[in-house]
Amino acid sequence: MARVVVDVMLKPEILDPQGKAVHGAFGRLGFDGVADVRQGKRFEITLDGEATEERVAEIRKAADTLLANPVIEDYTLHVENGQ
Amino acid sequence: MKIGVVTFPGSLDDVDARRAAAVAGAEAVALWHGDADLHGVDAVVLPGGFSYGDYLRAGAISRFAPVMETIIKKAGEGMPVLGICNGFQVLCESHLLPGALIKNHHRKFICKDQPLRIENNRTAWTSDYDANHEITIVLKNQDGSYVADEATLDRLEGEGRVVARYLDENPNGSYRDIAGITNERGNVVGLMPHPEHCVETLTGPTTDGLGFFTSVLKAVVAS
Repeated sequence: MARVVVDVMLKPEILDPQGKAVHGAFGRLGFDGVADVRQGKRFEITLDGEATEERVAEIRKAADTLLANPVIEDYTLHVENGQ
Repeated sequence: MKIGVVTFPGSLDDVDARRAAAVAGAEAVALWHGDADLHGVDAVVLPGGFSYGDYLRAGAISRFAPVMETIIKKAGEGMPVLGICNGFQVLCESHLLPGALIKNHHRKFICKDQPLRIENNRTAWTSDYDANHEITIVLKNQDGSYVADEATLDRLEGEGRVVARYLDENPNGSYRDIAGITNERGNVVGLMPHPEHCVETLTGPTTDGLGFFTSVLKAVVAS
């Protein structure tokens, strides 16, 4: 079974309040030297069989329509074979 | 004249929206997210709440509900659709309206009486307001910050498609103080604050919200 991983991040120009909250906690806990924190989402999609070109294209379509909102988010997609 | 109100799993304000429709003089019809049939309604309200728990993104999963396929099609034909709060998020995710709604910039849930200016009184949902009418209705949201790229914001303002703007302090970080927008045709309106909670003095700070529901009655009769 192959796994397709989709990482979604807010576009750089969109404010990320959650990342800001995490950044604030870094400071309170004494983790210094951190300039910024951005929080994203990772989807691990396990396929029934091999990650053929068609199957990956389908997942890319799912990422475009459901997993990421292109108005505010960018995503990257990669295939992990063998576990 | 029938106004349909959709209930998604996690909708909270569907009952108040039906009540507001009835107070305005319409017959309120409960619609179910899993039923693509609109049961002959003349207009639709997508209510506030946390449909699907706001999982993934607010409105992202509701957008694919069977009822939305019909609503998207009918909206394209001119049927009036009002999305309030979570409903606004669903309209943006459906691409019936441009832009998106993200978490409040201060990261806290907000609940307050919010002054607004109605800047476009030519939509199906705002014709009963005067131009630049100032109203106060309830605002309560977590993901209420309206965002879009600069070109989209310029276009919305240039075409007079900003329906309502926050007055006084910007409560959630929305770009250009935008509280509500409309599509080019003026039949689809998204609004972050809640007019349906402000139709009776017993339970609301004002009755300023009633105009959204009386406006659509006239829009349907006129069409």
